[in-house]
Amino acid sequence: MLAFIARRLVATIPVLLFVAVFVFMLLRLTPGDPAAIIAGDNATADQVDAIRAKLGLDEPLLNQFMIWSGKVLSGDFGESFFFKKTVAELISQRIEPTLMLSLCTIVLAVSIAVPLGVWAAARQGGWVDRSVMGFSVMGFSVPTFVIGYLLIYVFAILLGLLPVQGYKRLSEGLDEFIVRMILPSITLSTVFIALVSRITRASVIETLGEDYIRTARAKGLPNRVVLLRHALRNAAVPIITVIGIGIAALIGGAIITESVYNIPGIGRLTVDAVLARDFPVIQIVIMLFSFVYVLINLVIDLAYSLLDPRIRY
Amino acid sequence: MAIVTTSLKRVAAAGVLAAFMSGGALAQTLRVVQHGNLTILDPIWTTAYVTRNHGYLIYDTLFAADGNYEIKPQMVDKWSVSQDKLTWSFTLRDGLEWHDGQPVTSEDCVASLKRWAARDAMGLKLWDFVKELKTVDAKTFEIVLKEPYGLVLDSLGKPSSNVPFMMPKRVAETSPMEQIKSQIGSGPFIYKTDESKPGEKHVYVKNPKYKPRAEPASGLAGGKVVKLDRVELVEMPDTQVQANALIAGEIDIVEAPPHDLLPMLKADKNIVLSDWNPLGHQFIIRFNHVVKPFDNPKIRLAALYAINQEDYLKATVGDAAYYKVCAAVFICGTPFATDKGGDILLKSNFEKSKELLKEAGYDGTPVVVMQSTTLPILTNTAPVTKSLLERGGFKVDMQSMDWQTLVSRRTKKDPADKGGWNILHTYSVSADVLNPISTSYLVAVGDKSWFGWPTDPEMEKLRDAFAKETDPAKQKALAEKVQLRTLETAQYGWIGQWYGPGAHRSNVKGWLKAPVPVFWNIEKAGN
Repeated sequence: MLAFIARRLVATIPVLLFVAVFVFMLLRLTPGDPAAIIAGDNATADQVDAIRAKLGLDEPLLNQFMIWSGKVLSGDFGESFFFKKTVAELISQRIEPTLMLSLCTIVLAVSIAVPLGVWAAARQGGWVDRSVMGFSVMGFSVPTFVIGYLLIYVFAILLGLLPVQGYKRLSEGLDEFIVRMILPSITLSTVFIALVSRITRASVIETLGEDYIRTARAKGLPNRVVLLRHALRNAAVPIITVIGIGIAALIGGAIITESVYNIPGIGRLTVDAVLARDFPVIQIVIMLFSFVYVLINLVIDLAYSLLDPRIRY
Repeated sequence: MAIVTTSLKRVAAAGVLAAFMSGGALAQTLRVVQHGNLTILDPIWTTAYVTRNHGYLIYDTLFAADGNYEIKPQMVDKWSVSQDKLTWSFTLRDGLEWHDGQPVTSEDCVASLKRWAARDAMGLKLWDFVKELKTVDAKTFEIVLKEPYGLVLDSLGKPSSNVPFMMPKRVAETSPMEQIKSQIGSGPFIYKTDESKPGEKHVYVKNPKYKPRAEPASGLAGGKVVKLDRVELVEMPDTQVQANALIAGEIDIVEAPPHDLLPMLKADKNIVLSDWNPLGHQFIIRFNHVVKPFDNPKIRLAALYAINQEDYLKATVGDAAYYKVCAAVFICGTPFATDKGGDILLKSNFEKSKELLKEAGYDGTPVVVMQSTTLPILTNTAPVTKSLLERGGFKVDMQSMDWQTLVSRRTKKDPADKGGWNILHTYSVSADVLNPISTSYLVAVGDKSWFGWPTDPEMEKLRDAFAKETDPAKQKALAEKVQLRTLETAQYGWIGQWYGPGAHRSNVKGWLKAPVPVFWNIEKAGN
């Protein structure tokens, strides 16, 4: 197992290298000149050139990449062109909201989606099954921001029950934190619930057709035990796979949700950095996302071996 | 039920009393959302309006424009000018202090003016006339001119970007090509670096040692009396979220809601729309003079004949209550406004445009019009230009891009079909376009001009003459000549004045009318 983990971690290196090169080149080939943006409206061409030189943006691309990657390997992620803070500092300030939003979303989504999927499978063809499937189609058809605005309109504006926007850190009070997490978590989890419940239902239905399920029923086990201990556990592998994919997709959803709810997380930082052509921030944030994605896949693969003893690394 | 209600009221009253007895522990905070994110904190280094607004919170100025746009002393106690109009002497008010407790001195002012003049168009012009800038004593300094200059006080009291804010000498000695690292000022608020988080919010607290002038507040001048404990500039890029948050009472002020959300905000009984900037803004259409076809003045003039202000204003603002057609380059209703010649911008004359194109030998080269898609107020200007120019005989290639791409591309002097451009649109706050010197679009010195790089020695002669003139009547006559010259050479076009009210909660009062949103004088009932 340890050897497997070590091999997978080593395998992230070429992945990150590819991402680094790809993002680096893409940024420099895309229209937009951070030097012109930084220099401002009244700058002359000479002043823009001076800023470009100061930022090292006039060097050959290979030189720029070697300088930047050398610094990254030594732990220096650079400084934002605009915020005048180190990229590390910016990310550390903004990571908590995104992590909390993602965590709340995953917990909410899994705790709703899996039971819903199991229930639908157990009542296949009935109104429960049809309702869950109907909701599921709606959930991944309606864009996240539409769900967000609808929830804001109903619960924050019409009913006045919850705040419209904003984020409070845990250190500022648990109640303030929770109240501001409710609507964003529901918004972001909707598509997640739709996806996971659907896969759970399909996987459990398939498992319920197996011989060992018939044997379990023949032994007189209660339906609840058959479903949860035997069917669900054996259906878990594809469910875990989809949860893993969903977590990665959360990154994209978080960007939109953070904008709709004005949450100052990594998603909004990414949007602001892209719009401002803040190269150092964009590069590190994309690499961070890639690393997180690789890590999630590793955790999912390890989870397989916990759920299914036949899977060994 | 009556007993419960009465008991609750007693509990509430006791709470208020306790808060009062404890010295009013609940801080009064004004939560404001500006029209853009505040990233750069140096108002000399950038012209961004959000940074200018930040500057007015923490810095002060030597002079300032009052509600009638007259320049009044602010940090200056008394000033005088010599008989020959060459030596201007300024003495600071007593008791002015930086936020770190050090006294404001004349040396600070001299250093601040030098840094400002290195970056600002009006400052650069002033410096052409300055022979010497020197300190006389700790509170007095002098500007000695080479020849009389009519805009000394207008320059020192310039209301909008770049504003000549005063900074401590050690900060002002930062190269004008680099950003300052300190936020120490002498203004009515203090910036809280420890509580501010870029991308989330910027926090300012009342400066307890600030000494406001005795006069009542008027525009940017007069007594800057702070009636709140804190101001938070909250970053909230999405305009719908801004409107929702204002309705829900989670923020107090939205500086510039988009026009399509104004009816929704107006309908809410707890929201008030405030015309804090009565002068509004001006749209601009700018030509690139260094590449074909607009290197030919006749073709530029043809374009001006093809366009008309009303179409732009309808497409961008929509509601006539929030725009005005104005033939004057120097903003209708201000001292140097004139209608002379400007009527060609009020009504399209497609026949005249075609005639001029024929005379100029226009060969059908497509005109590249850059459309910004991420600044909502500007997005519809380019399609209007495309439509009108095509009816006037032009071939038009409209290219859509986000604002940052446009900002980068406008620096290029390549031919339009090789990555350059022919037309861009922008807008200015009206306070920036009040006279021939403050209006940077009029600078016509080639490479050192604003993007588009016009060259016109005659224009520069007129601007110089205006700058030197001290008689207001003669200044006005010269301003008129500048307008006529601008139209004669079709240097650029002004395509309408528009107004964007702010919105605030009804428990917020005292938002001053000024060309810049300012937060002194504001009171708020409750927290």
